Amino acid sequence: MNPIQTLIKELADVHGRRRESILPILQGVVEQEKYLSEDSMVEIAREIDIPASDVYGTATFYSFLEAKKMGKYVIRVCKTITCSMKGKNQVLLTIQEMLKIKLGDTTPDKRFTILETNCLGWCHKAPAMLINDEVYTELTPEKVREILSSYMKKNGQI
Amino acid sequence: MSKKVNLIINGLPVEVQHGTTILDAAKELGITIPTLCFHKDLCVAGNCRVCVVEVAGQRRLSAACATPCDEGMEILTNSLKVRSSRKHIIELLLSEHNADCTKCYRNGNCELQEISSEYKIMTQDFIELVPFKHYSIDAYSPSIMKDDSKCIRCQRCVRTCSELQGVNALTVAHKGDKMKITTFFEKSMRDVVCTNCGQCVNHCPTGALVEKNYIEDVWDAIANPKKHVVVQTAPAVRVGLGEELGFPPGSRVTGKLVAALKRLGFDSVLDTDFSADLTIVEEGTELLTRLKKALVDKDDTVKLPMATSCSPGWIKYIEHMYPEYLGHLSTCKSPQQMFGALVKTYYAKARNLDPADIVSVSIMPCTAKKFEAWRPEMHDSGYRDVDYVLTTRELAILIKQAGLDFDKLEEARYDRLMGDSTGAGVIFGATGGVMEAALRTAYEIVTGREVPFKNLDIMPVRGMEGIREAVIKIENPVKEWAFLDGVELKCAVAHGLVNAKKVMDAVKSGKADYHFIEFMACPGGCLGGGGQPIPTNPEIRQKRMNAIYAEDKSMKVRKSHENPEIIKLYKDFLKEPLGEKSHQLLHTKYTKRDRF
Amino acid sequence: MESIHQLKRADFIFRNENDWEKILGNALKRKNQDIIKELISSELKGRGGAGFPTGLKWKFASEAEADEKFIICNADEGEPGTFKDREILTKVPYKVLTAMAVCANIIGAKKGFIYLRGEYKFLKEELNKAIDEFHYYCNEINFDFTIKIFMGSGAYVCGEETALFESMEGKRGEPRNKPPFPTIKGYMGKPTVINNVETLAHVFTILKYGAKKFYDLGVQYSRGTKLFSVSGDTPKPGIYELELGMSLQDFVYEFGDGDTKAVQVGGASGFLVPRKNFKDAAIGFKGKLTGISLPTGGSMMLFNSSRSMFNVLDNYLKFFREESCGQCTPCRVGCQQLQMGIKAVKRGEKPSSYLTKLLRLAETMQLAAKCGLGQSVANSFSSIVDNFHEEMIY
Repeated sequence: MNPIQTLIKELADVHGRRRESILPILQGVVEQEKYLSEDSMVEIAREIDIPASDVYGTATFYSFLEAKKMGKYVIRVCKTITCSMKGKNQVLLTIQEMLKIKLGDTTPDKRFTILETNCLGWCHKAPAMLINDEVYTELTPEKVREILSSYMKKNGQI
Repeated sequence: MSKKVNLIINGLPVEVQHGTTILDAAKELGITIPTLCFHKDLCVAGNCRVCVVEVAGQRRLSAACATPCDEGMEILTNSLKVRSSRKHIIELLLSEHNADCTKCYRNGNCELQEISSEYKIMTQDFIELVPFKHYSIDAYSPSIMKDDSKCIRCQRCVRTCSELQGVNALTVAHKGDKMKITTFFEKSMRDVVCTNCGQCVNHCPTGALVEKNYIEDVWDAIANPKKHVVVQTAPAVRVGLGEELGFPPGSRVTGKLVAALKRLGFDSVLDTDFSADLTIVEEGTELLTRLKKALVDKDDTVKLPMATSCSPGWIKYIEHMYPEYLGHLSTCKSPQQMFGALVKTYYAKARNLDPADIVSVSIMPCTAKKFEAWRPEMHDSGYRDVDYVLTTRELAILIKQAGLDFDKLEEARYDRLMGDSTGAGVIFGATGGVMEAALRTAYEIVTGREVPFKNLDIMPVRGMEGIREAVIKIENPVKEWAFLDGVELKCAVAHGLVNAKKVMDAVKSGKADYHFIEFMACPGGCLGGGGQPIPTNPEIRQKRMNAIYAEDKSMKVRKSHENPEIIKLYKDFLKEPLGEKSHQLLHTKYTKRDRF
Repeated sequence: MESIHQLKRADFIFRNENDWEKILGNALKRKNQDIIKELISSELKGRGGAGFPTGLKWKFASEAEADEKFIICNADEGEPGTFKDREILTKVPYKVLTAMAVCANIIGAKKGFIYLRGEYKFLKEELNKAIDEFHYYCNEINFDFTIKIFMGSGAYVCGEETALFESMEGKRGEPRNKPPFPTIKGYMGKPTVINNVETLAHVFTILKYGAKKFYDLGVQYSRGTKLFSVSGDTPKPGIYELELGMSLQDFVYEFGDGDTKAVQVGGASGFLVPRKNFKDAAIGFKGKLTGISLPTGGSMMLFNSSRSMFNVLDNYLKFFREESCGQCTPCRVGCQQLQMGIKAVKRGEKPSSYLTKLLRLAETMQLAAKCGLGQSVANSFSSIVDNFHEEMIY
C-alpha cells in the first residue's frame, strides 16, 4: 500500500465507510496532502465503495477541497466586502510581491499558494486571511510581511 | 392510502390522490405546464424552475413538478406573475446556451428550442455567457459527443446515469457559475466508466449530449461505385423508426424500413434478426454445454449462471463493475457482430465478393453498438467486421435527406442471404426476448417438444418489471439430455443497468441460484435503447413492446433453429454450433476494466 | 420624527453562567409540553435570519414519528458581516450544548451535530473539549445523548438547512425541494430540528430566566435580544447584544462614524438602507411597528460617504455568483447576469434602462429560485440599485 492508501484506510477506520463519511475523509486527506489528487479520489471511492465521479462531484463543490496541487502553506485572503474596503488589495499585493507569484499560483518550492476566499467572519477585524487553519486579522502590509517572514523562516529559509 | 385532495387549478376544480404533484393534477385537467428538468423516467429535481406556478396565499412561486397538492389549494398556471418569471427563466437558459440552433444536431427536436418558441423569445437582452466560458467538445468517444456549451444543467443525464443505469459516469461538479456536468476529473467520456448506452443522449433535452454520427461516412460509401454496401437492421428499429417519421409510437414499419433502405442505395438490405437467430442456436448450445459440464462432468470450473452477451452496454458495464464475473458471460458475440463477421466471410464468398470491397453498415437502436463495432477484437473476418453503426435516429435523417416520403413507400422484403428471420429473432428487441427465444430453442433441443406455453408465448419472462424470474422444469428429455430430467431451469431477466446491478449483487452474495440470466443495458431492452427516437418514456416503451410481440406473432416461423437460412448456414459453412468456424467468427472474449 | 426606541444594550448571551448542569437537570425533569409551551410563549424566533418560531419547530419535530431523530446546531456562519456564532461557541459553548440536549430530550433524539464551517476549524479543538465535558455530565446523569462536530469545507450555501443535510450526508450541498420540511424529513430523511447557534443560546436564557423575561425585551413580533455583528465604517466594530426593535437611526447614532451613508442589514442577502430611511427602519422580524421592518441574522455593515455603492453591490454579486450551488436556473444564471449586467451598465455597454430589466430579473429570482440564497439576492440588489441609481450608471 502506498502512503495515500494507508492514509485513506486510516481515515475510513475513524470516520466509517458510508457515504456520510466522505467529507471528513476528504478533509483528512487535504489536511495531510493539501489537495486531492486523482489517485486519492479513486482510493476514497474504492474504500467507501461509491462511484469515483461522486467523490469528484462532491469534492469540487467545496472551496476548501482543492483538486489542484497546493503549497505547504495555503494562504486564503478574504475578499468579501469589509476586507475589500479595509485594504485587502494591499495585503494581496504585499503577499504577491514577497512570494513573487500571482494570485492562484504556488511558489516554485511548493511552499506557498495564494488564494482569495469568501467571507471568513472577521469583518470587525478586517482585513483577514487564513494560512492553513490559522487566522490573521487587522492586516497591514507591515504585519503581512512579518507574518510571512516567520513562515519562511519556519523552514530555515528566507 | 387512497386519501384524496381537492384543489382548484385556473378556476377548475379537480380531485386527485394525495401526493399527486401540481404538474400531474394540471395534466388531468388538460393543462400543460412546461417542464425541462422533469422526465417521467427520473426522480424529481425541481431545478430548472420553468414549471413554476402561483399558489394562492404564497408570495413565492412553486415548482409544479416538485410540489404535492394540498387540500384547498388554488393554483394559477398562467398568471402574469408566472408568465413573466417563466419567460425570464427561459431567457436566462438561452443566455447560458449556445443557441446557434441552425448548426445544432438537435435542431427541430430540442425541448429548449420548443419552449422558447412557445414563449416567443425573440430577442436576447441578457448578456450571452457562452463566449466567457471556455467550452470544448468531447468527441473522443466512438458513441457519444458532449458539448457543454449547449448544456442547460437540468441534470437529466446525471440522474439517468445514476438512477436508471447505476453507472455514474456523469456527475455535477463545482458550484455557482462554474457548476457543470462532467465526468471524473473531467476526462473524456471515452476514458471513464461510461457504458456508451446512450441513455443520457436519449434523456438530454438539448444538443449537449448526442450520438457520434456517421451519416456522411455512410453516404460516401453508398456513393462509391467500388463498394458493395450491406446494411443490417436490428429488431427494435422497426418498431421505433416510425416515430421519427410521423407515425405514432408503436407503429410497425418493417416493410417500409426495408423499402427505404433500398431506395437509399444500399446494395443489400439484410436483417440482424437473422443473426439473432444464430445467436440463439450458439448461445442455447453453449448454455446446454455448460449445464452438461456442471451436472454430468462435475466440472466445477464451469461458470453458472451464464449471462447473455448481446447488449454492448451491459458488456462494458460488467467489464467495469464485475470484472471477476466475465467468465459468466456467454462467449457469443452480439447479433450485430456475428452478422458483421459473416458478411465479410460467408456472405462475401457466397456472393463472390472481395471482402475488402464490402462496407458493412448496421442500423441499431443503440449507441453502445458504435463502441462495440470499434472494439479491436471485432476484426475476425480479417477486416473490421462492422464498419459503421447508425442509430434509428440517424437512419431517419438519411431518409429525410434522401427526400423519401416514408408513408408512401411500398413495403418491401429483406434480401437474401442473411435476410430471413423468425419471431424469435424479432423479440430480441424487447427485454426478456432473448430469454424467450433461447428457451423456445433450448427446450426443444432437450425434450424434442415445444415449450409448454400457449402459442409459444413465454409470458413469465415478458413485461416491464425491472427484474423477472422464471422456472422451467425439464421433463422427459431426449436421450442425449437425459441428465436434465427433472431439472428446474432457473432464469432471470434484468433490464436497465441499475437492475442488472441488483441481480449481479444477488449472484455475488450467493443469494441467487439462476442458471441463465438475460441482461439488457437499457430500460425495456433494445426498444428503449439510447439510439431510439427522442422522447422515449414508459408509455412509449410499452407501445414499442406491444409492437415487437405483434411482429413476433405475425411471423410464420417463430423458433430460431427453424430459420431456413440458419439451417443452410450450418450446412454450408459453420457445420455445427460451437464448431471451429463458430469459435473463430462468432465468439469473443472480454476485457477487464476498472470500476473507478 | 423622533425615534421612539432607544438602543438598549443587554447582556444575556455572554453572561457567564456556571450552572448549566443544574439548568439541564431541571429541564430534563420538566414535561416536554411545558418547555415547548414556554418557548412558544417567549416568541423566540430563529436567529439565523429566517425567523421561524423555535418553539413550533421543536413541537413539530416532537410530534413526528420516526425511529430516529436529530438535533443539529447550524454553525455554518457564512453570511458576510456575521461573526457572532463563533464568539458564542468560543465563550459560552455549554449554553448551546445544553439547549441541544434539552431539545434532544423533547423530540426524542439521541444524536446531535454541530455543523461548523471550515473557516472556523481552529475552534474545533476547544469546542471538542467542551463537548467531552458535557458528555461526561450526561453520562453521569444517565442521559443518553451525544454531540459530534461535523466540519464544513467552504460553501456558503450549506448554511441553508437542507443543503446542510446534504453536505452532512456526504453530498454536494444542494438545497432540497420543500416540502418536506426538516422537522418531517431532515438529516438522513429523519425528523430533524436545526437551529442557529444563537437561537440555542437564547433557549438557554429562557430556560434559566423564564419566557417572560425574554418576552419583555424587544417589541411586538420581535421579542428578546439579538447579537449584532457590527462592521464596516464604524469606530467600534464588534459584537453587541441589543434588544430588538430599535430604529436604524439610533443604531447609526451609536455606531456610525458621523458620515454614514447607508447600512447593509442582514449581510449580502439582506437589505441596504440609505440614510434617508434610517429613522423609518426598525430592526426586527415582520409585522412592522413603524416604517420598514428588517429581519436579520445580525449583520450590520456601515458604509460612509467614501464608499462606492457600485463596488459594494459588485462585491456581493460576485459572492453570490460563486457561492450559488448552481442547480437552479434563476440563481445560477441570474447571479451571473446581475453581476455582469451592472458592470455593463457602469461601462456604458448597456443603457441605464437595462437596470430596470435587471430589477425585474431580481424579482423573478426572488419568486422562483429554489432556496433562500437565490431568493434573497434580490434584497441587496434592489435596495442598492433603487437607492443609489446614480452610482450605478455610466
